[in-house]
Amino acid sequence: MAIGAEAVFGDSVVTTKLDSAISWARESSMWPYIFGTACCAIEFMSVASSKFDISRFGAEVVRFSPRQADLLIVAGTITYKQAPILKRIYDQMTEPKWVVSMGACACSGGFYDNYTTLQGIDSIIPVDVYVAGCPPRPEALIDALIQIQEKQKQEESIIKDRVNRDFKGRLDV
Amino acid sequence: MCSCFEEKFKGLFKKDKNNIYVIDQTFVKAMIKCLKEKDGFHFLADITAIDYSTFNKPTPSRFAVVYILRDKEFKNVITLKAFIDEEEGLHVESITELFVSADWAEREVWDQYGIKFINHPNLKRVLNHKEFVGHPLRKDYPKTKGQLCTKTDDLMDEMIPILEKSGFKSHDDLMFLNLGPAHPASHGTIRNFVALDGETIVAAVSEIGYLHRGFEKSCEDHTYNQIIPYTDRLNYCSAILNNIAFSHAVEGMLDVTIPERAQFIRVIIGELSRIIDHLVCLAANLVDMGALTNYWYLYNPREDVYDLLSKLTGARLTNSYMRIGGVAHDFYDGFEDDLKGCITSIEKGMSDTLGLIEHNRIFHDRTQNIGIVTAQDAINYGFTGPNLRASGVAYDLRKTDPYYFYDALDFDIAVGSVGDVYDRMMVRFEEIRQSIRIINQSMKILPKGDIIVNDHAIALPKKENVYGNIEGLMNQFKLTIDGVKVPSKEYYRAVEGANGELGFFIVSDGSGTPYKVKVRPPCFPAMAALPIMLKGHMLADSVLCLGSLNIIAGELDR
Ligand code: SF4
Repeated sequence: MAIGAEAVFGDSVVTTKLDSAISWARESSMWPYIFGTACCAIEFMSVASSKFDISRFGAEVVRFSPRQADLLIVAGTITYKQAPILKRIYDQMTEPKWVVSMGACACSGGFYDNYTTLQGIDSIIPVDVYVAGCPPRPEALIDALIQIQEKQKQEESIIKDRVNRDFKGRLDV
Repeated sequence: MCSCFEEKFKGLFKKDKNNIYVIDQTFVKAMIKCLKEKDGFHFLADITAIDYSTFNKPTPSRFAVVYILRDKEFKNVITLKAFIDEEEGLHVESITELFVSADWAEREVWDQYGIKFINHPNLKRVLNHKEFVGHPLRKDYPKTKGQLCTKTDDLMDEMIPILEKSGFKSHDDLMFLNLGPAHPASHGTIRNFVALDGETIVAAVSEIGYLHRGFEKSCEDHTYNQIIPYTDRLNYCSAILNNIAFSHAVEGMLDVTIPERAQFIRVIIGELSRIIDHLVCLAANLVDMGALTNYWYLYNPREDVYDLLSKLTGARLTNSYMRIGGVAHDFYDGFEDDLKGCITSIEKGMSDTLGLIEHNRIFHDRTQNIGIVTAQDAINYGFTGPNLRASGVAYDLRKTDPYYFYDALDFDIAVGSVGDVYDRMMVRFEEIRQSIRIINQSMKILPKGDIIVNDHAIALPKKENVYGNIEGLMNQFKLTIDGVKVPSKEYYRAVEGANGELGFFIVSDGSGTPYKVKVRPPCFPAMAALPIMLKGHMLADSVLCLGSLNIIAGELDR
């Protein structure tokens, strides 16, 4: 037997927690900012086009303004020259925000262990999900998206402070 | 081939065993001027340098600068090398007065090797960042010594002289805008910094190097076959063509001809690669002008080709399909049907797209007479490939200096007449058709036989030998550990990449690892010319100009 509002209004209302409702809305409409620099970005193009179709997961509204996005996908090699720009973009995104590091290069520098390549973006910005591969297959990126959605479902709350205040990257002074 | 030059400078040069003219550094400019004006070497392919400090043979001095030029028919290549005296200050005269393309090429040599070019208009770093100290391609620079960059260059030091030159005394009325490096239309990581009067660009400066990931330094401690995966990531839209270009150059040094079947496989897969490169370029171009539907029409056939390549090579994008001396695997059963399926879907994607744009007024207005480059300028800028052909110059290495069986195949070179965005796009559409013709003919005559040279110093032994007898095992071990030993040589060879002349200049010291590798990326000179092209255009057109040149950051910045 229904109790509370549902008892009064019948099937026309659903009661839930505010957190669950907001997470549900968020997870089904992530707006990615694609920070594509190299070969991995070409694989992102595949993820976005009809065969793999990221819109099935609600994340097809690709934004190129950090202020309109909540999911930063770093796809490709990040060099030392690029690092301050990546940080700036990340800082400009509003909370709550998530970061996917796509491909070996973004995760660890990949096979570019040399004077110009940053050995992993997590020395500059915090990362939520790492995707292995060079480049990762489109399914792998979709899997990362689902992992973020799971996180939102389980861990997030509107009263929780998502800002990682302990994080100190190489460019944070 | 260069008679005037040889006559005029008799005794001032020496031809070495690699057929390279070793010249005196004081005559560099005069000699190149003579070559350009008297002998018709009007095309500067590349400039690079060599640091001989750890070379196993003595050389007159530590550094040498190398110039590669092509003649009017685009057939003959001449390579000049000048040893640079360190005591006199490690400098050489700039040739920017002779070739526009020398500008960035010389900046790169300065950046990577620290050799100065006297009278260069603006000798600053081009690939490494502003705060970088040292010159990374010098042999004494440690490979993994990274240097943090904290700030981005504001580029005003380049912008102000350009504005002054065009007569702007003050720039209070102008608006400065950064297009990139993180911009949807920057096709990767390119930065264009423009000065706007209203919506018209009055001056532009480009900055590159955001994807400089040390390809050339990485080559210096890998064996030749290990470098092939690195070449995938140069122009990652057509990875296989890069594999071919590199292997082709190394095979030239080894002086081997690969088996006929391998040659045809390279032609077929190479052309398929060219097609998918053009597809992605055209798709992105059309998106840039708002014609989004075409993106799916053109991109989906690419997915079909990915499926075929996955079956053949094991990877969708970064295929590493070539080996020194041949190819990695033979075609699989059912390859021909898959290929036919791919071609059908490519043709369908093309005709669907052309149906929407060919007679479309908006498309014409957006592309025609935008970003015009004349034939003369295109050569001077160092354009190659579809960009040069769009300006009406029929230079295609597959015709002018045919390799494999291109001279036996029937295909046409597409050329444009105006050299605008429209021509550059339409040339690519036509090239897709021509590549399909090449593939169809090659499939018909594809001979049977080996797919890799039968030489145990180059190709890995068959698996049954590795597991079955000690010679095979030793052979496998030696080749894997030491690499293919390439005779001591300095050598340049190019193929027609998707974007144009894709060449490799390799210096070998006789070991299994190259002493130096330099790519001649077709994008690099095209990108250098972009700021000149943009002047006077509307802001919205700048996106199309950039897109139509098909700049791929991987090969641009290496
Ligand atoms: S991980 Fe591999 S595919 Fe991705 S950007 Fe790096 S090199 Fe390219």
